[in-house]
Amino acid sequence: MTRQMTGAKMVIEALKDQGVDVVFGYPGGAVLPIYDEMFQQNDIKHILVRHEQGAIHAAEGYARSTGKPGVVLVTSGPGATNTVTGIVDALMDSIPIVVLTGQVPTFMIGSDAFQEGDTVGITRPCTKMNWLVKETDKLAGTIHEAFHVATSGRPGPVLVDIPKDVQFATGTYTEKAAARTAHYAPRTKGDPEMIARMVELIETAERPVFYTGGGVINSGDRATELLRDWAEATGFPVTSTLMGLGCYPASGKSWLGMLGMHGTYQANWAMHDCDLMLNIGARFDDRITGRINAFSPDSTKVHIDIDPSSLNKVIHTQVPIVGDIAEVLEEALALWKSRGSRVNREALAKWWKQIDEWRAVDCLAYKPGVHAIRPQHAIARLEALTKEMDRYITTEVGQHQMWAAQYLGFEGPNRWMTSGGLGTMGYGVPASIGVQIAHPDALVINVAGEASWLMNMQEMGTAVQYRAPVKQFILNNERLGMVRQWQELLHGERYSSSWSEALPDFVKLADAFGCKGIRCDNEADLDDAIREMLAYDGPVIFDCIVEKHENCFPMIPSGNAHNQMLLGDADTQGVIGAKGAVLV
Amino acid sequence: MSPLNIQKGASKHSAYDLRDPNAEVIETHTLAVIVDNESGVLARVIGLFSARGYNIDSLTVAEVDHLGHLSRITVVTSGTPQVIVQIKAQLERMVVVHRVHDLTMEGPNVQRELALFKVKGSGEHRIEALRLAEIFRANVVDSTLESFVFEMTGPPQKVDAFAELMQPLGLIEVARTGVAAISRGV
Repeated sequence: MTRQMTGAKMVIEALKDQGVDVVFGYPGGAVLPIYDEMFQQNDIKHILVRHEQGAIHAAEGYARSTGKPGVVLVTSGPGATNTVTGIVDALMDSIPIVVLTGQVPTFMIGSDAFQEGDTVGITRPCTKMNWLVKETDKLAGTIHEAFHVATSGRPGPVLVDIPKDVQFATGTYTEKAAARTAHYAPRTKGDPEMIARMVELIETAERPVFYTGGGVINSGDRATELLRDWAEATGFPVTSTLMGLGCYPASGKSWLGMLGMHGTYQANWAMHDCDLMLNIGARFDDRITGRINAFSPDSTKVHIDIDPSSLNKVIHTQVPIVGDIAEVLEEALALWKSRGSRVNREALAKWWKQIDEWRAVDCLAYKPGVHAIRPQHAIARLEALTKEMDRYITTEVGQHQMWAAQYLGFEGPNRWMTSGGLGTMGYGVPASIGVQIAHPDALVINVAGEASWLMNMQEMGTAVQYRAPVKQFILNNERLGMVRQWQELLHGERYSSSWSEALPDFVKLADAFGCKGIRCDNEADLDDAIREMLAYDGPVIFDCIVEKHENCFPMIPSGNAHNQMLLGDADTQGVIGAKGAVLV
Repeated sequence: MSPLNIQKGASKHSAYDLRDPNAEVIETHTLAVIVDNESGVLARVIGLFSARGYNIDSLTVAEVDHLGHLSRITVVTSGTPQVIVQIKAQLERMVVVHRVHDLTMEGPNVQRELALFKVKGSGEHRIEALRLAEIFRANVVDSTLESFVFEMTGPPQKVDAFAELMQPLGLIEVARTGVAAISRGV
């Protein structure tokens, strides 16, 4: 049975067949036929954003909090180019996103038509794959293939560019099962020989550490469970990258906290001094490694990743394993158990004693606020008052993001949405809306800085329109805090363009958007103000006035090693050398 | 690059240290990349090389399987062993790429390119050019009273050598296809 329909109808049918329930988008001339079909059905909900960049970040929030691909629908030209930042963001953080863009009719392509842009050309380097569909008969199959590519192997963004005449024309619908997908089948099963070597290393390791990343979360709940089982059974310490937070519970006894540039003292020292590093789904990012030639000098490194190009890209690993994390862990755990579940208990006890000494440094301690609220305290109170709730956190990018990663605890995966690889300011507001759309009854908080928050604040209109009760928790220091911190440490305290002048009155702004505004500027009122935010049934903009010159610590300065951490302002004199200065 | 000497607070420096911390010996490899023959494929592969800073010494592409819609890209690239492995991994993970053969690693291979040389001259130079062309088994494919066009196939080194010899004899233009390569034996 073949089904004939217009291209526009095919888009809707293909999305339904893929199980899509929400599309984030913005209409325009080149997608009007699709929007017309969208209007005539009720299975897929369309969320009208206020800017196409918001659509992508909202889809990212949706995808990361559900494990399903996020879908975006925008028009040609500016509609498509406005999505580029978000597409790169999704590529860097391995988020499955399917972007559908309208295009001028095929017979006008190349003529500099109104709202024409070379969308596949522009997005070629920043998508996993993209397609320009020139025949209606191929449209449905291409969309199915796009979903397959976005969600298989290492997830990522894909884009399908659909000319307007292809949307109007009638063609044959390709069923999901008949679509071409076999050509793209990344390897998921690990090499048994390498898995055996990993198990042997685990049995004898004296100072092991699990270095876990976003790949664990992308692999799915089974991977998270297996990691927890194994950490529990071995008693090995666990740390995570920014992207991996939640794959091991923050309340777990083996938890060291986040590692990396602003990671904890114990996590970074454990990475530096370990003799066995088990990298599970992380990619040795430069925020993690610090100076490459001083990175964990005495360890044997195991690296499990579904993307072969991640292996040996930055750091040489003795035991590289290409495969899906859940599959590899399943096999490795079974093998380890069958060999008697052995670990070197005696050495491990000594290792934990050492780790406890590092923990005793209490690297996240901070002084109480004098003139204003300490930002760390604001996050710590937010944690205390919300940690028992069904809570999802998004962030913007900067100091507040690092403080959120340090002071909030995540018990499960898919609860923490942040722009890691690309570091996209403006991510958090739309991402929080995407999360809230996916989880209407949950508490969704965007921890923000005032500068980042302004970058996509227009999406508050979206939040109000769709009654998404997102809580915007803005740490307002009237500074581009992280830029300011680097200028202080590196550029002779010349604060070039790193302050926020002419800020809006956030409470009035909230009022103007039709949501609730709260301002808090002293620690005594903070808990009550947070409670007021949580109690309000609707979007809230919370303007938390914090200490203006607080720096984010601990910190591994650029070009330094993990055992050269700064713990506070007193440590900062002349710390970044010539080579570190060229790094960001 | 000279070592950087930056004082605290100095501002004249780039955002990234581009020097390879593990710089080793540079190797040249010839890769045969089998890809879907669809629009944008070549741009995708070339874009990968430019985006990640890999070298392209030569690159050729043509359809080799019409029914299977497959093209073969032969790319000669150079880098440290770690970079070569990375190039292959980056190519292999592309959706449009079916297979990557590192001909340099897989054993003996045959490399050929086609080149056309336009040589202008008269008298002794003209005769010498013809004589050398014969030694190199280059064919004359166009001739006027004051010029020749020679056609030659061979490994790139042979083409280089011929071009060098023609230089003082009035070489004014060269067109080269780049390397096509295939492994020896089966």
